[in-house]
Amino acid sequence: MSEIADKVKKIVVEHLGVEESKVTPDASFIDDLGADSLDTVELVMAFEEAFSVEIPEDAAEKISTVKDAIDYIEKQKAA
Amino acid sequence: MIGALAGATPRRVVVTGLGMVSPLGVGVDTTWSRLIAGQSGIGSIKCFDASDLPAQVAGEVPEGPTDEGKLTLAEWVPVKDQKKMDRFIHLGMVAAIQAVTDSGWVPETEEDRCATGVMIGSGIGGLQTIYEASLTVSSGRARRLSPFFIPSALINLISGHVSIRYGFKGPNHSAVTACATGVHAIGDAARLIALGDANVMVAGGAEAAVCELGIGGFCAARALSTEFNATPERASRPWDRDRDGFVMGEGAGVVVLEEYEHAKRRGAKIYGEIVGYGMSGDAHHITAPAEGHEGAFRAMKNALRDGGVDVSDIDYVNAHGTSTMADDLELDAVERLFGDHGSKIAMSSTKSAIGHLLGAAGAVEAIFSMLAIRDNVAPPTLNLDNPARESRIDRVAHEAQRRPIRMALSNSFGFGGTNACLIVRGAP
Repeated sequence: MSEIADKVKKIVVEHLGVEESKVTPDASFIDDLGADSLDTVELVMAFEEAFSVEIPEDAAEKISTVKDAIDYIEKQKAA
Repeated sequence: MIGALAGATPRRVVVTGLGMVSPLGVGVDTTWSRLIAGQSGIGSIKCFDASDLPAQVAGEVPEGPTDEGKLTLAEWVPVKDQKKMDRFIHLGMVAAIQAVTDSGWVPETEEDRCATGVMIGSGIGGLQTIYEASLTVSSGRARRLSPFFIPSALINLISGHVSIRYGFKGPNHSAVTACATGVHAIGDAARLIALGDANVMVAGGAEAAVCELGIGGFCAARALSTEFNATPERASRPWDRDRDGFVMGEGAGVVVLEEYEHAKRRGAKIYGEIVGYGMSGDAHHITAPAEGHEGAFRAMKNALRDGGVDVSDIDYVNAHGTSTMADDLELDAVERLFGDHGSKIAMSSTKSAIGHLLGAAGAVEAIFSMLAIRDNVAPPTLNLDNPARESRIDRVAHEAQRRPIRMALSNSFGFGGTNACLIVRGAP
């Protein structure tokens, strides 16, 4: 697993207070990990801070699973 | 008989659950037994470095293991939810959970859920949260504000969180009247039950303003004690000639109020009855009470009238008594109200032991008043070494007194010239 994926997982565990084993790539923040809409806003802000990237609102709206977040950040970092 | 002025036949309101967190500990019994034993919850400020401020003492809730009567927040509020709430909400939740659990009230039907409401207030709300958010803004990072900033600072969010946790779908409300908040919340919630808006209300107040902004702000208003920084336990000394300002405390008090027949039907344990509720405004000054505390006098009188109670029925007064110059004005008003019966009552200020809990004070002190009736004991006024003036009223200096207490009057007065008084008695 990439360094980015590891870090994303860690942030999700920390912010949503869920067990690490539940944070699988396909896990949906809202449907599987108990987040509400404000939690997802905060989560995206935490990703921005941790990876020094900017995630515009329209992109943030499409990030609904752990994999979505990892893919988006990896793409930004590669660019 | 709450609500006598409304025209409708008011329903009787009793208290069936109690919850408290205070500088003396977590839990009603913990605080009450330590209070009666004459212990003080006041110490040097721990949660921030107060060395730059003239006031350096406060009553902070002790952190530690639950079985020692201390606060382990994670046992009350899940860690992931804690960041969504300012500390005043944490403390409000701790007291509300105790009160609801104590009452044993679990609404099984939608009708029962809709007849169960919440009215928990705060004087100031999420001061530390607002302070921290303002630092984010001032560093040019307004776009980095947490989405939880606003809901963690809003005063009515204790009521919101309690309703969400328990599914209480009745009136969801919040009182905000500075240091009178706790009494207004309980009194208004009792009226909602008396007039039929709800059958059960979870009511009270919470405060967590022991932070740099809170202490600094009250210092600026010259309201806090500054002469006892080296001897914190001596700082809160209502009516004493050496008193020099109030000592801030943090905590929460919450009660479960219930319509009498409703409580009887389900066989609830009943602590006591809310007998009278009186309010007034000073229309005088933003922080100073009027001459002779005439606003307080009228509020007490209104509570007597509301309850159809004579002063001779009352054996204990839990004074507002903040350890400021206003103590003697309250004493004037109480002496005038009670007349000759004044020599037969006990009046104490429990702020001498826990400090002034601002928006939580009235709720915590209403609970003390109920326990004073239950146990026939008047809690002490600590540090009343040399009364600034003599009075025929026994102010329970230093040690608790065992004495028969049928009814108790609890006073709370707030900045802005707002006054609220409750009269309670034992179980019907």
